[in-house]
Parts: sequence; C-alpha cells; structure tokens
Amino acid sequence: MPGKLKAKIVAGRHLPVMDRASDLTDAFVEVKFGNTTFKTDVYHKSLNPQWNSEWFKFEVDDEDLQDEPLQITVLDHDTYSANDAIGKVYIDIDPLLCSEAASVISGWFPIYDTIHGIRGEINVLVKVELFNDLNRFRQSSCGVKFFCTTSIPRCYRAAMVHGFVEELVVNEDPEYQWIDRIRTPRASNEARQRLISLMSGELQRKIGLKVLEMGGNAVVGYLQCFDLEGESGLVVRAIGTACTLDKLSSGSAPSTNTHIHPNTAPASNACNSPSKDGKEPVFGEDLPSSSGPPTPFRALPTSSSSPPPFSPSKPCSRQSSSSDTDLSLTPKTGMGSGGSAGKDAGPLKTLLRQQTQTALEQRGASSSGLLLNAREFPFFTLTSFPPGFLVHAGGVVSARSVKLLDRIHNPALGNTRSYKLLDWNSVTADEPETRDAWWEEIRQEIKSHAKALGCHAVVGYSESTSICEEVCILSASGTAAILNPRYMREGCLDIGSTDHRFEEPSPPSCGFCHIPYDELNMPFPAQLTYCYHCRRQKVPDVLFTTIDLPPEAAVTGKGCLIQARLCRLKKKAQGEVNATAISNLLPFMEYELHTQLMNKLKLRSMNALFGLRIQISVGENMLLGLASATGVYLTALPASGGIQIAGKTPGDLSNEHHILTIQKRINDTIAKNKELYQINPPKLFTLDPEVFCSVNMELTEEAVGSPIPEPRQRSRLFRSHSESSDELSELDLSHGKKDAFVLEIDDTDAVEDIHSLLTDTPPPTGFYSCNTEIMPGIYNWTSGVQMFTSVRVFRLSNANLTNQGLNKIFTDLCENLLKSFYFKLRSMIPCCLCHLNVTVAVPEEELIQVAVTAVAMTFDKDQTQEKPAEKVIQKGSGEIEEQLQFPLELCADSSSTSTQQSSKISGVPETSNVSSRVSSLERGSPLPEGRSRSLRSNRSFGGSSVTVVKMTPLSFLPGTRIIKYLGIINMFFIRETTSLREEGGVSGFLHSFIAEVFAMVRAHVAALGGNAVVSYSMKECVLMENPNKNQAQCLINVSGDAVICVRETDQEPVSSSTNIGQSCSSGTDGGAT
Amino acid sequence: MAVELDVFVGNTTIMDEEVYQLWLDGYTVNDAVKVRMEGGVLEECETSADVLLSDTMDQYRTFQMCERLLHSPAKLANQLLFQIPPHRQAILIERYYAFDDAFVREVLGKKLSKGTKKDLDDISAKTTVTLKSCRRQFDNFKRVLKVVEELKGPLVENIRQHFLLSDKLARDYAAIVFFANNRFETGKRKLQYLTFQDFAFCAGQLINNWTVGAVGEPVDHQRSSRVYMDVDLDKEFLQELKELKILITDKDLLDQHKSLVCTALRGKTKAFNEMEANFKNLSRGLVNIAAKLTNTKDVRDFFIDLVEKFIEPCRSDRWTAADMRLYLTHYTNSAHILDTFKHQVVWDRYMGVIKSCIFKMYHD
Repeated sequence: MPGKLKAKIVAGRHLPVMDRASDLTDAFVEVKFGNTTFKTDVYHKSLNPQWNSEWFKFEVDDEDLQDEPLQITVLDHDTYSANDAIGKVYIDIDPLLCSEAASVISGWFPIYDTIHGIRGEINVLVKVELFNDLNRFRQSSCGVKFFCTTSIPRCYRAAMVHGFVEELVVNEDPEYQWIDRIRTPRASNEARQRLISLMSGELQRKIGLKVLEMGGNAVVGYLQCFDLEGESGLVVRAIGTACTLDKLSSGSAPSTNTHIHPNTAPASNACNSPSKDGKEPVFGEDLPSSSGPPTPFRALPTSSSSPPPFSPSKPCSRQSSSSDTDLSLTPKTGMGSGGSAGKDAGPLKTLLRQQTQTALEQRGASSSGLLLNAREFPFFTLTSFPPGFLVHAGGVVSARSVKLLDRIHNPALGNTRSYKLLDWNSVTADEPETRDAWWEEIRQEIKSHAKALGCHAVVGYSESTSICEEVCILSASGTAAILNPRYMREGCLDIGSTDHRFEEPSPPSCGFCHIPYDELNMPFPAQLTYCYHCRRQKVPDVLFTTIDLPPEAAVTGKGCLIQARLCRLKKKAQGEVNATAISNLLPFMEYELHTQLMNKLKLRSMNALFGLRIQISVGENMLLGLASATGVYLTALPASGGIQIAGKTPGDLSNEHHILTIQKRINDTIAKNKELYQINPPKLFTLDPEVFCSVNMELTEEAVGSPIPEPRQRSRLFRSHSESSDELSELDLSHGKKDAFVLEIDDTDAVEDIHSLLTDTPPPTGFYSCNTEIMPGIYNWTSGVQMFTSVRVFRLSNANLTNQGLNKIFTDLCENLLKSFYFKLRSMIPCCLCHLNVTVAVPEEELIQVAVTAVAMTFDKDQTQEKPAEKVIQKGSGEIEEQLQFPLELCADSSSTSTQQSSKISGVPETSNVSSRVSSLERGSPLPEGRSRSLRSNRSFGGSSVTVVKMTPLSFLPGTRIIKYLGIINMFFIRETTSLREEGGVSGFLHSFIAEVFAMVRAHVAALGGNAVVSYSMKECVLMENPNKNQAQCLINVSGDAVICVRETDQEPVSSSTNIGQSCSSGTDGGAT
Repeated sequence: MAVELDVFVGNTTIMDEEVYQLWLDGYTVNDAVKVRMEGGVLEECETSADVLLSDTMDQYRTFQMCERLLHSPAKLANQLLFQIPPHRQAILIERYYAFDDAFVREVLGKKLSKGTKKDLDDISAKTTVTLKSCRRQFDNFKRVLKVVEELKGPLVENIRQHFLLSDKLARDYAAIVFFANNRFETGKRKLQYLTFQDFAFCAGQLINNWTVGAVGEPVDHQRSSRVYMDVDLDKEFLQELKELKILITDKDLLDQHKSLVCTALRGKTKAFNEMEANFKNLSRGLVNIAAKLTNTKDVRDFFIDLVEKFIEPCRSDRWTAADMRLYLTHYTNSAHILDTFKHQVVWDRYMGVIKSCIFKMYHD
C-alpha cells in the first residue's frame, strides 16, 4: 500500500552487436520489481536505441521497496529463437525512500552481464511516491538513514547516539543448490546477486526497525559483511551505531567550529533530556584553551576541507548522544594515570546524577528490549567522535573464536519471508540463532575485557570472519573506553553513580590518554607516568587503539603506517582436529604480531597506535596474520625507550661483536626514523615557542629531569578464544618478567626477526602512509585525490616452506606492494596514502591474496610544519570569510589553504579558486599525474557528458565540503569467465572487473545526483580460478556513501546564522526523543 | 613462488605517457621495461625492476582495454568504464592516431586491403617500425577511410569530428585517405625523394581545388547524382581539362604563349636559355597531364608524370627553385593574355594546384 514506484526507460547506447548478420541489435527492456514485469517495445536495428518508454508503475509495500532492487534486463529480440539477454542493471531504490536523500534516480547505467561484463549503457529514470504509513506494526523502516562513515557525517549533528545495532540474516547459497547443476553459470550468478541484494535490503530494513524502536533516525558506521559459508549457507550480517541526527541547515559548513569542550558546558544543560542541552554554549567554547598545541585538526575548521575528517562533522550538538567514544590507550603498557583522575569531581558529578534521573523518567513506558540490548553491548562502530565524547581510552580489546560450520540442520525455518523470487525451493539455511549466539558470545567477551580495563564502552568496534572449508574464525575488536555520559542516552552504558572518572575533565588534547583503570588495581602490569601534557593524571607508556586519532590530540611529528606480518604453517586436518589446531595457534600469532608491532613502534620512536586492525586468515595449511595501524608520537605519552639487544650467552666474543653491530644498526634506524617522522623529544621544542609554548611550560622540568622511562614495558592485549574463555582469559603478552624491549638473540629465529624488523623500507621521499582517516602531522591537504584498489596473489612454490621462509615471502609481498604504490603514484608527490586498508586471504592452498584499497592525497609540503597555534587563528577568521564569500588574502594560509596551495603548485592562476561551482567540483579530481594540473576545472565540462565521480575511503574529500548525503551504496557483483586466457589471464580478468565495479558505483552515484563517494570500501573480493579449465570467478562487494560535495570555498548563503538555527532545531528534536 | 595475479586500478585511470608511447610503438612488456630502466627511472624513484615490470603490465592492460574505445574516439568521452580527464583523452586519441612518416610513405596510395596488410612485415623490416605498430597504423588508416568514404561534406572536417583529431593530424589523414582512394602511385623510384609531408601538401591542394567539394555545394545538386564530397576528383572538371589541349595543339597559340612567357622572363634568370629551349616540351607535358586525367590510370600516375614531364627536365637544366617559381608564374599568367584561349577558369583551377605541387616537389 504505501508506495508507488515509477520507472521509465529512456534510451540505450553502445549496445553490443547481437545479430551478426546485420551487425546490429533489436533491443528491448524488461523492468521488474517484485513479481511484476513490464516490457518496452522492441527498438529494431540499432546499437543506440531510443525507447522513451511510458512510465512503468509498480504499487508496492514499503517493505518491498526496502528489500527489493529494481531489476532492469536488456534483451535482444529474436523472432525465431529465445531472446538473448544482453545484461542487467539492479537499482537499489533505498535512497529514494528517505526524504533527505535523493529524490530521483536518473542517468546512464552500465548494462552488466556476469559473463561478459559491461555491455553498453542504459538511461533510466526512477521515482518513488510514498504515502504516509500510519501502521504502527509496520515492518518497514523507510526514512532511516544509513551511513558507512564511521563518524558523525558532515552536515549532520548528532542529537543523540543510541548505541549498538546488529542483525544477521541467513539463506542457502544458490551456488550450492542442486539446481545449480542444471542451470547456466549466468543464471546461477544472477540468482546469487539477486539473493544478496534482497538479503542486504532485508537486513537494512530490520536494522532500521531497531533504530526506530530506539528512537533514532540513522545508522552511522554501518558495516555489512557477507560470510560465504559454502554448503552451509550464506550469512549477511551488519552492525552499526544508531543515532538521532539533525541536519545542519544548508549553509552551515561543518567547518564552523563546533567543538564542544566538555568542561565548559554549563551545568544546567546537562540536566535535561540530553538532546536539549547545551549545544550553544558548548560551541563557543570549543577551543580548549589549555591545550598546548591545539590539535591540529581542530584548528582547521575554516578550511575544513582536509582535516575535517574528524571534528567538523560532528560539530554541533552532542548533547545527548550517548555514544561517544573515547580514544583508547592500549592497555598494554600500563602507565598508570588512573588515580588522580577521580579526585576533582566537581559539578559534573552532580550533573551525572541528574541526568540519570531524568533518563529514567523519560524512559518509562517506551523502553524496549532494544534499549536493554544496547546496554548489553555498549559498543560503537564509530572511530572518530565529537569532541568531548571520549573521556579515556583503555586499550584494544579483541576476541576470536573458532567455529565449525555445520551442515544445514533445519530447512525452512523461517525467520523471514521466504524468497519468493528465487525459483528453487527456498530453504533458509541455518537458524540465524546459531550465528547470533556465536556473535553474542564474542561480544560478551569483548564487553568483559572492557570491564577489566575499567571501561564501560567499546568504541571503534568491528567484527569479521575468515572461513576456510568448514572452519570459521570469528573476530571482534574495539577499543575499551570511557565515554562522557553527558552525551549518552541513559541506559546505554552501565555507569555507576559512584564512577568519578568523568568528574575531572582533562584537556582534550591528552585526556583520552589518561588511564581509565584504577592505578592500584591495574588489570595488568604496566608502567605509568604522569601525563606529559597536563601533568595531572597518569598515562601508560604506550597506547594501542582501533579508532582514529582524535582531532584534538596533541601529536609530535608525523605518523606512519606500521604493519606486523606473520605466517604460520599448520597441518591439514578436518573438523574438530582442525579447529583445535587453529585455536591453539591463535594465541601465539597474536602474541607475535603484538611483539612485532611493539618493536616496530619503538623503532620509530613512537608511542601510540591508532586504527589498529589485526586480521587473521585461515587457509588449509597455514594461517596468515596481518596487523596494520598508524603509529604516532603522542605528546602526552612518554618517549619510547628504544630497543636493546642482548645475547643469551655473554662472554662469547664474536657473538658480542655481532650484537653490537645489530644494536648499532637499530640505533641508526631509530635515529633516521626520528628525523624522517620529525619526532623530536619535547625538550627540543623549547626552541619554537609558538608551537609548543604550552608544552614546554609544562614539560620543561619533566623533560629534562625525568629520565626516559626505562625500557621496561609490558603490554597486554586482551583477547581470548571462545573455547577457553570462562575466566578472564587474557593473554599476557608481556614477556613474563622480562623486559619486553630487550630483544634476546639466542637463536637464528631471533636474528631473523631482527633482520625483518630492519627490512621495512621507509617510503621514498615525499611519501607518507597511514591506515587512518588522515595522517597525523599533515594538515594542509591539497585537492589531488586518487583512490585505488590493488590485488596481488602469490603462488607459493611447492618446496617445503618453513615458518621463517613464509614470513619472509609474506613480508616481501606486502613491502613490494607498497613500493609499487609509491612508484605508480610518484607524480603526486608530496602525497600521503591514507586509509591504506590491507586484507589478506588464503584463497587456496599455496596462494596468498593481498587486497588493498587506499587513497593517495596530495598536500602542500611547505606547510606541513604549520603550527597548530596558527590554526586557532584561522578558525576565527573562518566566519568572516564565509560572509565575504571569498578568502581574504589574510586568511589565505588558514582557511583556504588547500585551494590556494594547489593553485600555487600548479601555477594555475589564483582566479581559478573563485570560479564557479562547477569548477569547485573539480577540485578534488584526482589526476594521477601532476596533482594540481589535473584539477583544472575544464574537467567536468570539457565536453564529456559523464559526471566525474570521485571516490575515497575517507569520510571527506580535501578541498570540498559535503552538502548532501544521497544514500548508502552497497553493491555486490559476480563476474565469471570461461575464456580466461582471452581476457588476459586472471590479471586481465580482475583488472577489468574492478574497473567495471568502479564504473557501476560511479554511475549509480551520478544517477543519484552525486559527484563523490566517501567512506568507500571493498569489503569482499573473492577470486576463484581454474586456469586449466580456462575459467575464473570473482565476487566483489563494495560500499560507501554517495554525496554531493562542493568546493570548500563555495559557501551557500546563510552560513553565519547556522549556529543559531542548529541549536534551535536541536532543541526541538531533543524534546521529541 | 610467483606472482599469480597483480592488478592496480585507480578510480581515475592512471596512464603514464612514456609507457603509452612504448605500447604504441609495439614494444613487448619486457622490452618496454628494459627501455624504462635504461631511462633511469629505477634510480630516480628508488625502486626495483619488479615494481617496474608490474607497473608496465598494469598499464599495458589498461591500454589494451582502452584500445577498443580508441577505435571510435567519440565513445571515449561518454563511456563509463574509465574515468579519464578530457585533456588526457585527447592525448590518448592523438597519440593513438599518430603515425610514422616512414611507414605511411610506404603505404601511401596503396589500396588499404588485406593484400597490403600481408605485406606489412616487409614494410616493418624496411622501416624498422615494429610490426605491431605497423598494424595499428594501417588499421587506423583503414578505419578512417571506411568511416569517411560514406560521408558527405568536407573531408578534413569529417575526420576531425569523427576521430576527434587535431587539425594537423586530420589533414594528414585526409591526405592518406585521398591517396588511398585515388590510388596515386607514390612508390616508384623516381618518387622516392618525396616525403610524406610533400604528398600531404599536394593532397591538400587537390582536395581543396579539384574535388567536388572544393567548389562548394553544387547548385545543381539535385540533378547531379554525384555525391557531394571531396574524396573523389571532380569528374566534370577533369572533362573540362581536355579543352586545355588547345594550348599545345593550336600552333599559333603555342607560339604566342611562348613568346609572351619569354618576354616576361628575359633577363630575369640565368636559366633563360634553357627555359626558352624547353618551353614547348614543358608546356606539352603539363597540358598533356591535364588532358589525360579523365583516365583513372593516368590519375594514378599524376605525380610520376609531374616528375618525369616537368620536374626532371628542369632539374637537369639546373633551374633553381626561384627559377621554377618565376617560370610557372609567368607561364600561368601569360595564358590569360591569349585572346583565343577561352578556358581561363579551368586553366586557373588547374595551374593553381600544379604550381603549388611543383613548388613543393621541386627539391632534392
């Protein structure tokens, strides 16, 4: 009842020749939604048919609208035999269901065939008319917005963060059904694509329902994954963070400073329903006056383009949002800060109480099981947060569990509607409950780890699986954290009223580093010192987290990508034996990965890891471990103690000599790295008062007086295997009583390890890399952007490989891959590879697959040293600038840095900056070569009818401002070939497939009216090949947020009034919740 | 242990111009890697041969995938598969359609047929252009010819619009198409000294002056069944050229013409004596060429005739280029003063082209 879907087929172009005789095609189109199908007329003898059809109308439930894709099939009419399919287009109409997103889908879509790839294009128009649905028991959740972005999307404000939502649906995999034996590969692929599309739609709808029940209107950090479990089925699962988002009025740039300093919010704000409080006062404050070097990011606001990733989007109100997150410190090294924190309890404490009270009252009748659920798992998929949300970060918590996938026990359970559209016996495979229970178990474990760290929440949370035959490793990880309850929805976190930890607000630039746990009762041995920044509380000596570097954090020097890589052979085995073998190996792998990370961190003189992601992939005869993170030197934490080498047998002269040489090499490397990453111990900063004044004042004595912490540290990573985890089964990763950073050389393995430590080659001059949203220490992005995906598969020779040999191969593989990026992108120098997301897999015995998606972004070298202090000024100037509509010369450095810089570099006259909107769109256009040259505005209107669509795994595009989110892009494609050689082998096959996937994503975004995809990721890339049969098949799943962005300097009118508008609107919204 | 698969795909297609050129030139991946290494990229970018190989392979694959689109360049602008900035598209197309003068000189005027294609390996050996590159160039010629010969309207403009080429390149293609269509003989020994650019210039002259299109849309377009285009010479004009014979068949006219020319030239050049002595021969040569152009066979021999009947005799008399210019100018203009000569228009149309062609062709 509630919706009318209308579609019109306009024209086709570049169709393939289907009739050899005439070299032409008689094409017509079938438009299908649910069970209804319409056809266009046949357009005879043309490769560029103009159907110009009537509007095909489908009257459907909004439930179906959410689940089903619109399916468009282009066929070649044949009078005498069956019509030949040319290809299909699936259009997800979800974006049309939300009033704030796109209103019409209109554009050229590639016609895709799973065997032949893209075959021409079709121009389609789609609209939806929704009627109001007053049904309270409705099953649809139209209007809930989904974002892949793991921060509050720019141009929205989080009125409230409700918490964790998750769902999974299960079905039988069409590929493994009996009917697959008799149908064509094409039919089978299409059935699978279709099914997954349906399942994703259903999943999204169900999650949407949960969000509505919680009172939210959006899901942020939406992460959807497929588990291809083979015979036992197909699982589609998703997690996300439910929020109530308010749209910022149009003109308000995220750039306006909106950081709230928690301390400053007047007490009164806190009391009411969270949504109402304090937006306004809050904003004004945001500059943490105290913080020495204000964090770089915040400073940028006006220029927002680049750095904004972190803060800008969340600007305004965070009143009640429950979910914030903190940054966590790695638990591992314990520097104890804890004790002091509690003391200053002040007013906040009372606020808390008040708040809880109100919360309770409010909840009253409405509270549902979901709320409980949220409380049960206080997890947040966000990785960067509005300022003030994150109070302390405790460290990484992770849990893994090895499971055996069972055969389908009970067909036809129906957790759901059966998939009527699939023409085989629809049988739901597994009870979803089983999978649910598995995840529940893991989440419980994560939660208990967080508790052990004295934390009540987990942020930067994610889940993943690795499947090989019938063994499945489920993994979850996140960062234990304490969040500011002022921003939380009540009931979301378990916060004892006695909890005093929030009471003394710490400066935002270091507060998150302070330990959340009790100094006297530390969960693990750790070494604590007083914070090097505020001197008031304790901090650990090393901090590992899964989140992004908080924008306000004080950082010294630049960050860099740090990877730990590991291979472990295992015997081939079946069933339980295999699972046991794997679970036995896991702790060792985690331990080694952790040691490697720690060593590499020390080698770079850094003291914290952000964006840590540890992936363990299982193959038939080996396990692969890959840990990636961005290392950084947090000013608040003590300097690294270096690495010492010790021989086991003192007295052996030759050995000692050997040790000395190694020690020297290590010391040299450390020195070189310090220079490379500009890591100067704080004391040196005294020379530069502007930048570091506050730091010195606080630090001088300490820096001079305090000895560098002895190289004695311990670390611990919380993790456990499901099997073993009744008691807190954390693995103590510190080496017993030994000093972790004394490396002992007692056998060849150790020597190898050290060598491998030293073989990581630094990126060539002009390149930086990181796996987080942006690179710590680089703030002045210019607009050159080049997103890329790269895949490599290595075949191991049959020779008997040792663990060492494998490690070497694996390490080389990763290193070479990085090197080849540096080479390919050399024309963009100076540039930084951001969000370098590496996934490994063991697709077959003896094959190692590494897939990377990342973005290369140019920056202005001259300004990398830009001081945080300046940024504060810039911020101030931002407003003026907006009013003036163009950058003042004065503010040039600050606000419009990115644009101006680019023009500077390229030699393009400045005027280009001020040019039209169109050109603004261009700015970010990635030109692989010659960064700024590429940005020339002629690009978009240079006679090409194709909209330029930029893609990035980040949540922003430098030099631009996102003015509208058009909806989530979540696409799944299968490509198969039976003529592998003719297509250029596997490389040729995959190359064109990836290019096709990009093309289809771009086409969908353009049809929605967008010009960019942010938070893009390739979640799945499964390649199966059989060169002997000349066959290959590949599945790719990608997702991201379609957006419209405009050049940073283009302001829509209004801007200055936005703050007020925001606070008003938020007030009302808040009341509603 | 081996890399089984290695791909890199950018959202904006990454193309290295140097590698593109190597690909166009028909280098294999391995040869291209060698060339690049010799170019010193390795040192410059602190990288390894493996990386270079991988990069080269990626680019080669990209080019191969693009090649289909380059065959109809207009598609490149609105295809969706590769996101390529327009100025880069233009470079891709222009380079793809560029050709080696050495190669084109070999096939100029030949029928663009399978037969010729079979000879490409000989041409490749002779010109040291790789066979692969020869094939690309040959196929380009054929493709352009095929599209353009069906079209009405100005040749150069058609080529430019359909293949999005620069003006210069479009003119060169027009010349190639024109030569192929009319099968002008260019391969004879006596013509070997002429470069492609010489011929291209002459082709331009012929296209602009002697084709149907050259005189603009015929007024009697409806009546005429001739297609309005300038790939073919204007048949009516060729017929009219026969009338010029009177210049050599009518003795009075010939003598009168000679005296007029000689009067004008006297004292102005050292070669005057030779000019005077040879006048009748030379005039006969030029007019006979004109008169015979109705035969397709003679059209083919147009250039060889020019060389044999006019350029060679002059060269053996050591005329300078200036002499040539002087002579032809007066030779043409004097005909206007002949009262019994009524074919001024045809004469001008003919001699205008002949003059420019001979000026261009009269060199070592």
